[in-house]
Amino acid sequence: MAKSPEEEHPRKAFGWAARDTSGVLSPFKFSRRATGDKDVTFRVLYCGICHSDLHMLKNDWGYSTYPLVPGHEIVGVVTEVGSKVENFKIGDKVGVGCVVGACHSCNNCANNLENYCPKSIQTYGFKYHDGTITYGGYSDIMVADEHYVIRIPDNLPLDGCAPLLCAGITVYSPMKFYGLDKPGMQVGVVGLGGLGHVAVKFAKAMGVKVTVISTSPKKKKEALEKLGADSFLVSSDQDEMQAAQGKLDGIIDTVAAMHPLAPLLGLLKSNGKLVLVGAPEKPLELPVFPLIMGRKTVGGSLTGGIKETQEMIDFAAKHNITSEIEVIPMDYVNTAMERLRKADVRYRFVIDIGNTLKSN
Amino acid sequence: MAKSPEEEHPQKAFGWAARDSSGVLSPFHFSRRENGEEDVTIKILYCGVCHSDLHIVKNDWGFTRFPVVPGHEIVGVVTKTGKNVKKFKVGDRVGVGVLVGSCKKCDSCQQDLENYCPQVIFTYNSLYHDGTITYGGYSDAVVVEERYVLRFPDNLPPDAGAPLLCAGITVYSPMKYYGMTEPGKHLGVAGLGGLGHVAVKFGKAFGLRVTVISTSPKKEDEAINRLGADAFLVSSDPAKMKVAMGTMDYIIDTVSAVHALAPLLGLLKLNGKLVTLGLPDKPLELPIFPLVLGRKLVGGSDVGGMKETQEMLDFCAEHGITADIELIRMENVNMAMERLAKSDVRYRFVIDVANSLSQ
Repeated sequence: MAKSPEEEHPRKAFGWAARDTSGVLSPFKFSRRATGDKDVTFRVLYCGICHSDLHMLKNDWGYSTYPLVPGHEIVGVVTEVGSKVENFKIGDKVGVGCVVGACHSCNNCANNLENYCPKSIQTYGFKYHDGTITYGGYSDIMVADEHYVIRIPDNLPLDGCAPLLCAGITVYSPMKFYGLDKPGMQVGVVGLGGLGHVAVKFAKAMGVKVTVISTSPKKKKEALEKLGADSFLVSSDQDEMQAAQGKLDGIIDTVAAMHPLAPLLGLLKSNGKLVLVGAPEKPLELPVFPLIMGRKTVGGSLTGGIKETQEMIDFAAKHNITSEIEVIPMDYVNTAMERLRKADVRYRFVIDIGNTLKSN
Repeated sequence: MAKSPEEEHPQKAFGWAARDSSGVLSPFHFSRRENGEEDVTIKILYCGVCHSDLHIVKNDWGFTRFPVVPGHEIVGVVTKTGKNVKKFKVGDRVGVGVLVGSCKKCDSCQQDLENYCPQVIFTYNSLYHDGTITYGGYSDAVVVEERYVLRFPDNLPPDAGAPLLCAGITVYSPMKYYGMTEPGKHLGVAGLGGLGHVAVKFGKAFGLRVTVISTSPKKEDEAINRLGADAFLVSSDPAKMKVAMGTMDYIIDTVSAVHALAPLLGLLKLNGKLVTLGLPDKPLELPIFPLVLGRKLVGGSDVGGMKETQEMLDFCAEHGITADIELIRMENVNMAMERLAKSDVRYRFVIDVANSLSQ
């Protein structure tokens, strides 16, 4: 008979979990594995709230298992390392993102693309090598294989850099892969949320001119003044969109809701690239004429491999890039989820685990 | 008042045109401009029948101006050259493809990508610099600015080579642009028609493994034994499609009707590229999850610039690549159109203009 979450591993752990598709989180006692030879154990200090957490809590994608402890933008301080761990020591500031395991024998793993491994193990809600379910960062400690642990440079504040572990890599990776990182390029960012606002910051640091494309005119001031975007387009404003036709080398589209692609394709120059990092559940309409007449492409991207995640964190450290966050106590999390559902956050909630997650 | 087609230019011309969206073609008297300083006049020998011709005569895309003389896979002989013409002389065998003009000043034109010029002028159904409509290759002669005329290699047969001027460049250009040229990689070709069969030949010439993806099982024998494809996948066979999932590096999708992209995306490996070339009259459905989960992309491409079209013709001459054609007489063009609508051709009709176009 399967052991209970509290009993399946030798070390006590505590977090908040959802028990069903209501997605409501509440205190949850469980356990973590002992620190294996190649494992790093760390005390969690902060965990970002990703929109994927909300999707998973509600079982929007159909593969959630309960109880579910979300959280894959996790940062903290190392408390124990296994005997074969080479790159980390106690006291190091570290983070873990979306993936905690993979097969290490496929082509993708060989190319540092563990996130695309068909057997990749996500940080929460997936079956680990030992058959137990992974629990994420809305918890007091994490145990992860060294390979999947990211070193956080000293100059990055832990709370502000937590969201980079998912939001950051999710936009950084396609900007590099699709070549939208060259100084002087004109790149659009659709959606100014957790992903979008980081995309603006990365793009500016790469010397790219950024146009934010949003349905909310009230985001314009912050986009231009606080985030440094070069221009702002209200996507429902026909005249503005018309005037901007054919101006962009690429677009990073962070919107996961259903939305039309045609107007975005129109904004691209010929050979322009529209890259989707949010995944609407239903297919979108693809008008083929603009694709063909302008040799344009529509591509996708999913987070990034571990090597690239470290590269992204180091890039952020070099340019002092962090996420704009609202730090919340653990017991605010359900309210935060409600607000996130209404896109009422500038621009990422981060749970102050270290100071507010208390088991009674 | 606008002049009639017969009167608007000084040189008499004759061809076949469609008068309305029934698409039925019939004899048509019109006229061609005087051969200008930069122009060459070409006596047309052969003209391929492109599926776009069928779309246009039926006004499928809603922008046809009737009467329309289609035809943009033209091979002929130079009969006159303007005084500034440097590349051609009378008697040269030449080709004209899909474009006959562009702005020459924009970024695209400066990069030899005249096909992407926002002011590109197509060989037929377009407004020329002088405000008149362009008429295509289902006619006795055409006058074209030198820049948009291709040198047609001597060792390429003019009839079987005609379709290269649209079908050929339409698949060659994206195969180069999207990097589908690494020997040993696996290319899928969806649709085995005018474009598809040439894509198979190019794929083999680039050293790729080629799988034809088709709804018609009866095309398998020719695909493998005549065109040289390595494998044939019937797309309506779910079991076979499942086995083939995640096995292709790239796919050239030549299907011109509305069709499902999801099964094709499933055939691609990680980072796979699906290039769609057909022009359906409605949008396609694009599932986003496969793009995101597999970092895949869907791209388009539209013929090629003049420089690349010449490069493609020379490549074909070097590798002995031509289209597989059915030669027809001008008066059979309507029947050919009907057969084309049913995909009943292996794999391109070519009109024997010089020998059958008579007034």
